[in-house]
Amino acid sequence: MSNNIDLKVNIAGLELKNPVIAASGCFGFGREYSRYFDLSRLGGIAVKGLTPLPRKGNPPPRIAETPSGILNSVGLQNPGVHAFIEKEIPFLRGFNSAIIANASGNTIEEYESMVEILSNADVDAIELNLSCPNVKEGCLSFGSSAGGVYDVVSRVRKYANKPLIVKLTPNVTDITEIAKAAEDAGADSVSLINTIRGMAIDVKSRRPVLGNITGGLSGPAVKPVALRMVYEVSKAVKIPVIGMGGISNCTDAIEFLLAGASAVMIGTAGFENPMAWVETIDGIEAYMTANSIDSVTELIGGLIV
Amino acid sequence: MNTKYKIVKAEHLNSDTFMLTVESEIISKRARSGQIVNIKCGDEGGVLLRRPISICSVDRDKGTFDIVIQIRGKGTKILSKYKAGDEIDIMGPLGQGFSLYPKHKKIIAVGGGIGIFPLLQLLKDHPAENKKVILGFRNKSCVILEEEFKQACNKLFISTDDGSYCDKGLVTDILRKELDKEPADMLFFCGPLAMMKVGVEIAKEYNIPCEVSMEQRMGCGIGACLVCVCKTKNTDDWEYTQVCKKGPVFSGDKIIFD
Ligand SMILES: Cc1cc2nc3c(=O)[nH]c(=O)nc-3n(C[C@H](O)[C@H](O)[C@H](O)COP(=O)(O)OP(=O)(O)OC[C@H]3O[C@@H](n4cnc5c(N)ncnc54)[C@H](O)[C@@H]3O)c2cc1C
Ligand SMILES: Cc1cc2nc3c(=O)[nH]c(=O)nc-3n(C[C@H](O)[C@H](O)[C@H](O)COP(=O)(O)O)c2cc1C
Ligand code: FES
Repeated sequence: MSNNIDLKVNIAGLELKNPVIAASGCFGFGREYSRYFDLSRLGGIAVKGLTPLPRKGNPPPRIAETPSGILNSVGLQNPGVHAFIEKEIPFLRGFNSAIIANASGNTIEEYESMVEILSNADVDAIELNLSCPNVKEGCLSFGSSAGGVYDVVSRVRKYANKPLIVKLTPNVTDITEIAKAAEDAGADSVSLINTIRGMAIDVKSRRPVLGNITGGLSGPAVKPVALRMVYEVSKAVKIPVIGMGGISNCTDAIEFLLAGASAVMIGTAGFENPMAWVETIDGIEAYMTANSIDSVTELIGGLIV
Repeated sequence: MNTKYKIVKAEHLNSDTFMLTVESEIISKRARSGQIVNIKCGDEGGVLLRRPISICSVDRDKGTFDIVIQIRGKGTKILSKYKAGDEIDIMGPLGQGFSLYPKHKKIIAVGGGIGIFPLLQLLKDHPAENKKVILGFRNKSCVILEEEFKQACNKLFISTDDGSYCDKGLVTDILRKELDKEPADMLFFCGPLAMMKVGVEIAKEYNIPCEVSMEQRMGCGIGACLVCVCKTKNTDDWEYTQVCKKGPVFSGDKIIFD
């Protein structure tokens, strides 16, 4: 393909070679998918949600398939931020792709310490997860009110010496209020959407399918909702927006860029198609060639209304 | 990475079970008994996730492998419509298979329901001198692959839940009877959780090592999403471990059955 095509985007100083990022929790720490494609192809990798200490996660079953979507209730199982720094960063640094550390905590103090630890680690950006629907403490309890988001983000801001992305939950009345609170508190960027809370019931056993009873919906089923939220948030804030939710191919990704996203994340689609990320990048490039677009930044917010 | 292969044979084994023979040099060469493949069902009806299926039998000379699938729901229904000549999208082989140690001279493999399928290649590949297999089916009409199993082992036992064919009763009861007659060096279990739990208890009682093949609903199938976990022991505690990557075959004493 043509070499004059410029896929680079810049998220608050974080330069990405292209706008496609692996979404947190769907890509582990990259090891598994590195057997399917060269991770250096990706604009960035958002790693599995990290916490100060290792977390066991929720009891299985942790997944249920619903029409054109999945519910998950993993519950932030992870080896802890220190194991990530020691064992996973050196592996990921073997590739030329931005490392985005997805961070969670139970308390504001834990969020502060996560940001401090990750600021001293070799990662390119921090994505503050204020939106996991599958844990009892922290996360959603901060992320679902503008005040809660403002408190956490303003408290952690002083510890962050690299781009701070705040990941938003769609499980709120008005996501633009939450996004504005993150911006006012000093976030460099917002990413959205995390999963939409949902559940599934097995009528034979009369039991919930998920061990955690409820979970979070992702995949194509959530795309229209995610797209609308990205559109509204992009208009409401000045900081760059990273869009996600149900993106499976380049057409979906371009829709998010047009709606105002500066980059996109892809998660669930990779389960079915391990080449989803790479095919999306190639597809965006082909679309640009076909439409004589030199820089992908021309697409961002390019919606005609 | 290519994941598209050709189906060379598609055959119904009974009213709800069918076998697909797939041509793949790579998978048949790499596949170890007990490993799985993760199959895309197609774009029909919004079925998003791949379905994990055990490798049942491998023909390494011809470069083909067989999978046997029971129709359970939407995904397996779609797969049942595949015909010879169709292309199928398969990731694999995935996960850890059964251990084949030459020091295990006498083995017994115990399977129930869809859990019998991976045992066929296990029996074919295992270097043991004496291989017994105990298979449990719901009733006579569910009994499949009898001839294939007979040829792959020294002695085949079949039981049906209702006694409509061969013995009536639990495979674990037959196992106990056989162990009382003659000891074994290694046991393998694949089937319903309740059966494997009893199996592991029997193995412990008779002081025989064993392996179990676990089942869990999956997402990515390769270890990246952490949805397919089972509870396992570690040095001083327990953890949730990915069935797709660290299993599906685990040492029986590692699993915590709650
Ligand atoms: C390691 C492993 C190996 C397997 N090997 C085989 C095999 O060799 N042959 C075979 O026929 N089947 C096998 N299965 C089971 C097979 O994956 C499921 O039957 C299949 O995913 C059901 O899909 P469906 O769309 O037809 O059913 P769905 O519409 O998804 O569900 C129908 C029913 O199947 C149950 N179910 C759904 N997914 C699973 C699952 N992953 N495990 C157990 N139950 C499930 C549901 O509880 C439900 O009652 C294996 C599963 C695992 C995890
Ligand atoms: C199995 C699974 C695990 C996830 N884990 C995390 C996580 O640890 N942290 C996080 O911020 N988001 C997590 N998510 C949410 C995704 O990053 C993403 O926001 C959501 O799935 C929507 O995108 P998709 O439809 O492309 O998957 C997870 C999603 C799934 C399906
Ligand atoms: S299915 Fe994703 S980790 Fe096993």
